[in-house]
Amino acid sequence: MDMPTTKKKLGIKERYALMTRGLDWETSYQPMDKVFPYAQFEGIKIHDWDKWEDPFRLTMDAYWKYQAEKERKLYAILDAFNQNNGHLGVTDARYVNTLKLFLNGISPLEYMAHRGFAHVGRQFPGVGPRVACQMQSLDELRHAQTQIHSMSNYNKYYNGLHSPTEMIQKVWYMSVPRSFFDDAYTAGPFEFMVAIGFSFEYVLTNLLFVPFVSGAAYNGDMGAMTFGFSAQSDEARHMTLGLECIRFMLEQDPDNIPIVQKWIDKWTWRGIRVLTLVAMMMDYMLPKKVMSWKEAWEIYFEENAGALFNDLARYGIKMPECAKQAFIDKDHISHQAWATFYQYSGISNFHSWLPSEEDKDWLSAKYPDTFDKYYRPRFEHWEAEAKEGRRFYNTTLPQLCQVCQIPMIFTEPDDPTQICYRESDFGGEKYHFCSDHCKHIFDDEPEKYVQAWMPAQQIYQGNCFPEGADPTAPDFNAVEEVLKYYNIHNGRDNMDYVGSEDEKNFAEWRQTSTKN
Amino acid sequence: MAVNALKDYPLRVMDGVDKYRGDWLINVGWDQHLMFCAPFMWPLPPAMRFGDLVEKIMPASFGAHPDFARIDWSKVEWLKSGKPWTPDFEKSIEENGLYHKDSLRFRTPGLNGIKGSGS
Ligand SMILES: [Fe+2]
Ligand SMILES: [Fe+2]
Repeated sequence: MDMPTTKKKLGIKERYALMTRGLDWETSYQPMDKVFPYAQFEGIKIHDWDKWEDPFRLTMDAYWKYQAEKERKLYAILDAFNQNNGHLGVTDARYVNTLKLFLNGISPLEYMAHRGFAHVGRQFPGVGPRVACQMQSLDELRHAQTQIHSMSNYNKYYNGLHSPTEMIQKVWYMSVPRSFFDDAYTAGPFEFMVAIGFSFEYVLTNLLFVPFVSGAAYNGDMGAMTFGFSAQSDEARHMTLGLECIRFMLEQDPDNIPIVQKWIDKWTWRGIRVLTLVAMMMDYMLPKKVMSWKEAWEIYFEENAGALFNDLARYGIKMPECAKQAFIDKDHISHQAWATFYQYSGISNFHSWLPSEEDKDWLSAKYPDTFDKYYRPRFEHWEAEAKEGRRFYNTTLPQLCQVCQIPMIFTEPDDPTQICYRESDFGGEKYHFCSDHCKHIFDDEPEKYVQAWMPAQQIYQGNCFPEGADPTAPDFNAVEEVLKYYNIHNGRDNMDYVGSEDEKNFAEWRQTSTKN
Repeated sequence: MAVNALKDYPLRVMDGVDKYRGDWLINVGWDQHLMFCAPFMWPLPPAMRFGDLVEKIMPASFGAHPDFARIDWSKVEWLKSGKPWTPDFEKSIEENGLYHKDSLRFRTPGLNGIKGSGS
């Protein structure tokens, strides 16, 4: 028997309301405070969750449909790339080191973002942000997966890509991106949204993804380029969520303004410090360069974020103070970071190398005020040393900043020849920082940052050797044991690019693919 | 300011003085020699003669710089937590008033890095 149905098509707005609102209930035998225990302790006051506007009005069924379509396209391109040995078409195997940095340092953060958004999605009492956070949580899981899939083909041919989930937990410099996320998702849900949803996904995201995705495009890597584009439409949604969250908090209660401002200040700086890795990637690691870090900073931060903060002024939100230091630092951080990885290349999972003559001239042109004066002499000295067979490897562990966990490589804003030292006393012990802004973050919550898992300190405590290693044995080689613990293959994954297996293999394979 | 937390927030100091088998972490940076990208950190026995740090530990870490061999240690200016400080090479680290996680810097007037660039 045919059932008579009323086939009335619903409008997007109506449909969205039906699929997302009124799905929960008022609890009867448990107070709502206990159901949403994280909703209030941060001091953010919300009076009416229904004021939350979701500009995308995406429902779950539509979400699955869109995402499935994107996946089909992505994997079709990846298959073609892999079958045609696309990796041999990249400009130079040095390029693959940017993928090592990305796969190990960024992709695991996508997974951490997935967990973070799942957590805050559960904790917000309002259904609007809950649905939006749930979708972002799934997006982030997809990003982690598609990145791993697209780079897994490189893992068949190149070193250093074999263990990202382990390396993010162990390798010294990985504590920089990892602690950034640990800090965010051990905060309350509102701070997490300002940290990741707003400061990272809105203010800084273009500085992360544009360089990597255009870097891939410029260097002939269709695979990495495609996952970037596949994530892009998600990113647009994430940016909107971050901004909506800020707007919502600011409009709900004026008491929220100083709290939100404090978090924006903190997380803009935390993000800027993590982006040091991207700065160095752009200026030193891409064989064919897209633009300089400084240029990217000027476009995506000074111009775009400048306009954003002008818009937010009507809520009483100001450009973070740290932007002033970042304005000075844009001339320095990429050089300082690459010099760091050059000398600590013995304990890294990717290769480093000296800039060529052409590279150095490019750097001089892009950094006319700083490169020749402060950094060219350093690289040329190392070049001369390497020619004499004394390639410089630094083997002593550095002092680290307690907050961003980067070695204390940054210089005083008013003197590029002087390392910036800051310290605080807490509980009878000293803590060291790379900058006023990291010190300020520590001073605000010292109990949180004294728990930091600092990679150099952990090595000295004896916590970074493989099981069964005996540091008291006469032939104990600390560096070798740390590398084993990191799962870095000594002599293969680490050290200079020149003379590496990657360099040799790439040259051979390319030869056989282009000649008879 | 204290951490804003939902429950009691016990203090967990990861790098306390009790964690290094009796050693203290001591940091030393060489001003205007940024070829070494950051100051160095070593775990050292508090009873170690300060001169041994300079004569036996530091050369392996700083010795790769061409300026290192030219240092006249009697003319070196030391800073502790950014303030002028004078070590006694014959006394121990502890007797010099140092403690776990102290941060020292030294300056070598006349030696200003590769081609005077601060590198
Ligand atoms: Fe993502
Ligand atoms: Fe820092």
